[in-house]
Amino acid sequence: MEKDLAQIFQDKVDKEIRIEPKDWMPEKYRQTLIRQISQHAHSEIIGMLPEGNWITRAPSLRRKAILIAKVQDEAGHGLYLYSAAETLGISRDEMYDQLHTGKAKYSSIFNYPTLSWADMGVIGWLVDGAAIMNQVPLCRSSYGPYARAMVRVCKEESFHQRQGFEILYTLSKGTAAQRKMAQDAINRWWWPSIMMFGPKDDESPNSIQSMKWKIKRFSNDELRQKFIDVCAEQVKVLGFTLPDKELKWNEERGHYDFGVINWDEFWQVIQGNGPCNKERLDTRKKAWAEGEWVREAATAYAEKKKIKVKAA
Amino acid sequence: MSYQITKFFYGDYGEAKNGAADISSTNNSSNEWPLWEIFIRSKQGLDHKHVGSLHAVDAAMAIENARDVYTRRMEGLSIWAVESKNIHASSPSESDSLYDPANDKAYRHPTFYDLPEEVKYM
Repeated sequence: MEKDLAQIFQDKVDKEIRIEPKDWMPEKYRQTLIRQISQHAHSEIIGMLPEGNWITRAPSLRRKAILIAKVQDEAGHGLYLYSAAETLGISRDEMYDQLHTGKAKYSSIFNYPTLSWADMGVIGWLVDGAAIMNQVPLCRSSYGPYARAMVRVCKEESFHQRQGFEILYTLSKGTAAQRKMAQDAINRWWWPSIMMFGPKDDESPNSIQSMKWKIKRFSNDELRQKFIDVCAEQVKVLGFTLPDKELKWNEERGHYDFGVINWDEFWQVIQGNGPCNKERLDTRKKAWAEGEWVREAATAYAEKKKIKVKAA
Repeated sequence: MSYQITKFFYGDYGEAKNGAADISSTNNSSNEWPLWEIFIRSKQGLDHKHVGSLHAVDAAMAIENARDVYTRRMEGLSIWAVESKNIHASSPSESDSLYDPANDKAYRHPTFYDLPEEVKYM
């Protein structure tokens, strides 16, 4: 029986028929999705913190309004994704708990500090750019609720990248000090951004399974290469450079060659030793703990109203 | 059969190297605010369409939250919030028998009928 169900499931996936919450699915598929979607949601929520840092210091009202809207979008993205994950049978509180206890991870990129205003530009251009490249294929994920959430996310994400590029473009036309600030931000964020695509692909038979389930559509290296090719051209418009001496167009491959990525740094950051890991988690935990009385009060008020309605 | 997923997504570092421990569910959610399904009418004249869900203590809060989560770009003119526990759904495992009565009645479609070429406007 189990085998029949597995076959029916795989047939649907092969025919690009989306899997919906009440359909039978292999346990491993469910778990993989819960992990992936919840960690994606956590990334959106933690991702608000580095940018929230600059809301009070945005250089103009226009920039401040834009930044607030962008951070609000990230909150929205987190919520779309949490609700998609909940359809797989995990509760919101459990996911929060996994984030707060460090059991679940989030994107390593958000453990780097935002030191100058130019970082807001670079986050939009490079970090959101890398995120979009990762996320567009997820709009065709085999799991319906995730794919639908991602369509919404991707639609909204493109303003994020454009506003970031606009910040950098403005700085590139500015004073020498402004140009220096922008170049410094690019130098600090470039390598962590290309690490966002994850470790190099290995040819293990394991990734064949996620390919078969259509959770995976493109490999890490494929997407990374695509991103580097795009950015190497865009940076020319800004008149800045990417901090990689080995970055060079390779006519034969039709791609840019690039230098060696420091994977040790990547794993260090993931395992909690990045510059801001502790600060980010502490901020989240504090917000959750300090919101407890609000959650309780709202519940109590709703109960009271319910009783009143019954009595009337 | 045992295998590991090694594809790394945005913010997801797989199962190896401390990427994620056991993410299984214990269903401990007794204090959670109820879950609501949100439906939005994007334009006068169109149906309300399901857009997702959210948590709220009551209907008023669900509608307010839905405004912030699902209509930041004027996507809606009207919001319905229905507590998820009140939604009753057909079961996918019974869909064969459920839809079987309609399965062999192609004559319910206009294309089933062969009419001569010269008949116009029908």
